[in-house]
Amino acid sequence: MTESTIPGTGAAVAARPSSQAAAALRKRRYAADTRLRVAGLTAILAAVGMLGLLLWTIVSQGLPAFTQTHVRLDFPLSAELVDPADLEATNWRAVVTGGLNAALGETASPAQQRLLSQIITNNAQFIVRDAVRANPSLVGSSITLSVPAADPFDGLNKGQVLRDVPEANRRVSDAQIAWFDQLSAQGRVTAPFNWGLFFNADSRFPEMAGLAGAITGSFYLLLVCFLISFPVGIASAIYLEEFAPKNRWTDLIEVNINNLAAMPSIVYGLLGLAVFIQIFGAPRSAPLSGGLVLSLMVLPTIIISTRAALKAIPPSIREAALGMGASKHQVVMQHVLPLAMPGILTGTIIGMAQALGETAPLLLIGMNAFVTSPPGGILDASTSLPTQIFIWADSPERGFVSRTSAAIMVLLGFLLFMNAIAIYLRSKLERRW
Amino acid sequence: MDATLGMAKTTETAGAPLIQSEINHATPVRARDVVVHYGTKQALFGVSIDIPERSVTAFIGPSGCGKSTFLRCINRMNDTIVGCKVTGKIELEGADIYDPSLDVVELRARVGMVFQKPNPFPKSIYDNVAYGPKIHGLAQSKSALDEIVHSSLRKAGLWNEVKDRLNEPGTGLSGGQQQRLCIARAIAVGPEVILMDEPCSALDPIATAIVEELIDELRENYTIVIVTHSMQQAARVSQKTAFFHLGKLIEEGKTEDIFTNPKHKQTQDYITGRIG
Amino acid sequence: MAGYLFLAIVVLATAAYFVGTMSGRRLVPAGGEKVHSLPGYHGLLGAFAVFIPAAIVLLLWLAFQSRIVDIFLVNSLPSTLIEGRGTGQMSLLLSEIRNVAAGVVFSEPVPDVVAAAERLKSFREVSEWIIAALVAVLMLGGFLWVRSQIAVRFRARNAVERVLSGVMVACAGLAILITLAIFFSLLYEAIRFFSVVPPLEFFFGLRWEPQIAIRADQVAGAGAFGAIPVFVGTFLVAAVAMAVATPIGLFTAIYLVEYSSDRFRSIIKPTLEILAGVPTVVYGFFAVLTVAPAIREAGGLIGIVMSPNSALAAGLVMGIMLIPIIASLSDDALRAVPRTMRDGSLAMGATPGETVMKVLVPAAIPGIMGGVLLATSIAIGETMIVAMAAGLIASLTINPLDSVTTVTVQIITLLTGDTEFDSPKTLAAFGLGLVLFLMTLILNVIALTIVKRFREQYD
Repeated sequence: MTESTIPGTGAAVAARPSSQAAAALRKRRYAADTRLRVAGLTAILAAVGMLGLLLWTIVSQGLPAFTQTHVRLDFPLSAELVDPADLEATNWRAVVTGGLNAALGETASPAQQRLLSQIITNNAQFIVRDAVRANPSLVGSSITLSVPAADPFDGLNKGQVLRDVPEANRRVSDAQIAWFDQLSAQGRVTAPFNWGLFFNADSRFPEMAGLAGAITGSFYLLLVCFLISFPVGIASAIYLEEFAPKNRWTDLIEVNINNLAAMPSIVYGLLGLAVFIQIFGAPRSAPLSGGLVLSLMVLPTIIISTRAALKAIPPSIREAALGMGASKHQVVMQHVLPLAMPGILTGTIIGMAQALGETAPLLLIGMNAFVTSPPGGILDASTSLPTQIFIWADSPERGFVSRTSAAIMVLLGFLLFMNAIAIYLRSKLERRW
Repeated sequence: MDATLGMAKTTETAGAPLIQSEINHATPVRARDVVVHYGTKQALFGVSIDIPERSVTAFIGPSGCGKSTFLRCINRMNDTIVGCKVTGKIELEGADIYDPSLDVVELRARVGMVFQKPNPFPKSIYDNVAYGPKIHGLAQSKSALDEIVHSSLRKAGLWNEVKDRLNEPGTGLSGGQQQRLCIARAIAVGPEVILMDEPCSALDPIATAIVEELIDELRENYTIVIVTHSMQQAARVSQKTAFFHLGKLIEEGKTEDIFTNPKHKQTQDYITGRIG
Repeated sequence: MAGYLFLAIVVLATAAYFVGTMSGRRLVPAGGEKVHSLPGYHGLLGAFAVFIPAAIVLLLWLAFQSRIVDIFLVNSLPSTLIEGRGTGQMSLLLSEIRNVAAGVVFSEPVPDVVAAAERLKSFREVSEWIIAALVAVLMLGGFLWVRSQIAVRFRARNAVERVLSGVMVACAGLAILITLAIFFSLLYEAIRFFSVVPPLEFFFGLRWEPQIAIRADQVAGAGAFGAIPVFVGTFLVAAVAMAVATPIGLFTAIYLVEYSSDRFRSIIKPTLEILAGVPTVVYGFFAVLTVAPAIREAGGLIGIVMSPNSALAAGLVMGIMLIPIIASLSDDALRAVPRTMRDGSLAMGATPGETVMKVLVPAAIPGIMGGVLLATSIAIGETMIVAMAAGLIASLTINPLDSVTTVTVQIITLLTGDTEFDSPKTLAAFGLGLVLFLMTLILNVIALTIVKRFREQYD
């Protein structure tokens, strides 16, 4: 092929390359295009793959925690052990050992007794005590209770503790395994759904630890957070969007709000510690203090989304109402605000979801305390779901790894639920103008 | 393949370019029964037309008549619209441009386009013009690239206005200058056909006059298809005019014939201002 | 007590609303003049007059009463108790008295403390009576004032609207107040810190060993507060995170803008949003449980010994967290480039790849840069991932395989657990907090300004 000049280009300005060279060049260009496409797809796959890995890790680790190994035992309540007049003075540990002995036969040495009693939870004594307290007439006979197995035996039952590991490297001895198998053979070992995960508060023992305290704490936190940030957020958004004059002050407020939205959450924790707790004497570790801090944190989110919702209402509605002789306030309160409500609620739910998942400021407020009963109000010491996860993630016991994952599943479940409501609201109630 | 055709053309046009539009013996673009759907909506109903070489062909008609749609079919810009389906046949120098083996990148290098709103890239004036030659590998050296850029700017009549500020952003020019920059950008790739989609609709009358003059000059070397709203403009710049209405090609012919002696009543109504 | 008072305020405000509405309804137009406002507005004004002053006073009391009572208590303490106590011991004494007053007794208290506890109880009682009386007077006064105002030509609606406007302005001003409160509380504590540790040492010192300063009588005494290793660690982790997130996020956005079908996009976008919605404590756990061991094993395979909590693991997971932020901001930026530019490039025969890399990305660079800066600010301020996956020991290194500590980790470790509020150790956390606040503030302002300018350019 000869090279030819493009018609009319005069001097050899744009000598078009020979078609062979051109084809080769195009091939290279298409190859570059494909490379970019592959790079993009790889990036997306990497991101989605990481999400998948994260969820898979959590679910596969967390699922076993939704069942809990229980051992059903008959605890003899002989009169010499239990004095119905003074239940507090009873040696409940001995009653528990009695129950184990009844199932497995007498064991000789105290050392063996101790090994034996390690099979079931250390808190079995309190479970038995509470059961007897509820029904004192049982004294003299015996009581049959299903008590949680201790964490290592829960693991043994679920296959997490492996039998073929040398005895020295495993947390349960051969003798204990033999006893456990004996109990199992008697049909005393069950693994029902772990209601304790939802109805127990925190405990040092994984098998007794639950999220009741954390869930109640998170509920109070969100309650305080909502009661403050929702009205305040809407009021400031209405002012900025509907009433504020456009001047340097409102510009400053606007920049300021965008900035606060991007501020690291831990800074809010420092503010809460220095101002709410130090100066105002708000109680440490309490949902009140935590909720105050979270409300400041989500306020920008709510203001920004409320303003967006107000902006979406067409001016024609405002003009129509103003034209009827309504005051500016009446226009906003009676027309604009109700129409913008779905958008405002969606934004608020998203803000609440953000508050529910937040951890760092709550740590500074002291909401990582070890609290063994659910808080009774917003002034009691409490944990929250994310701080509970943080506490458990730090605990060395094997059982807490599984519980942490389970707690994360619960937290993600709540977040999913809230976002689903937000999406539903957006799709159902939002109207197009 | 295209090189031989180019050669043939060069020899052809060595003669008298002035009577080129009168003769109409070469038709680089030939369309037959072109039908376009946007999703379920049909936008074009079987358009067939020949575009004569080295002349200006104007597409006129009321808004939404399909003239821009058809224009965008000629360099397959409709490919970028999701849900757009084109059937029928459009040939460029005898080759079907919708043939799957045809390279759309190569096609667009041969069929350039100028848009309604000037759309210079947010780059310097120089880089705007150099963009096409660079990606298509038309210049082997910096000096060759300079030469292409300078001559393209000259041909677009912009050289004198911008020669001292080639490194300033193209977006800093006035609207008319921007549009001429876009024309220079299109010329720089050495296209055979230039499509113009209402190139003057965003310009003031003075800038419009300059661009129209430019179009008239470019006709010597390029086949130009222009979509326009303005019948005066069609009359001023074009040699051939096609009238579209409701997705159909109603009438085509020499511009003076269409404007003085339309055959169809719809064409007459439009030209006299009764529809539009 | 405060709860009951608040309840009383709410109930009486509601009552005032009804009374006001009734009075408004009974107004009779006289002499051809119409009643200016609807009855409801008279009611609302009554409710406001009862509620707002009383509630404000109650809130102020809640905020300050414990401080004021403490002042009275300290003044009433016999000099034998106070003598020779520093501020730290003083607060210990006060909390002991509070505990005794609340009936929490660990060991037999000294008689003076018991007496002080009794006085504390009586002070509190007096303070409660005072506030109750004050609230009652305010409510009554507000109510009577509104009753006296209600008249045919009384502009109750305008008054209500003025009050509402005032409330709204106050709420909007709160945003400014929060920023000021953050800044000044951090500044105040930081100044106290710098009075103990010279700023020069803090900003340029190379040793960070605050743990030593737990007790004043320890040999090493003051501890070391050179924050350079902490800052370097912070930037190291943030750099790893950005090195992961920027390319992945940007290429994701490029694919979504130029290559993806609408269907694929509608699946991928929400999926990425899930990634953004996962709480950071979950990422932290993921880093500890999965990523860090995996990295360590991978390092072991190629013969590199790595610390268990390497900057790499924390940075990597943080990077995953930042992907959706960069992706969505870059996506927005690329989409904000007018379609005509894309068409212009395609019409010249550019491939989609050339169009996006040579036209769209250069045009969108400000928006993308804004997104990257915003993500950097988030990386610097992110706490939970590093608190769980990064180290506690401040070592001055830029090797991502080593363990480093960050500003946020140090704040968390210094401020959790029981420490005196006045020790340099706790105050150091506020010094770090101030630096963190200023750093992220500057990054955010720059990023938001760039993004805003960019948007305006194409609007």
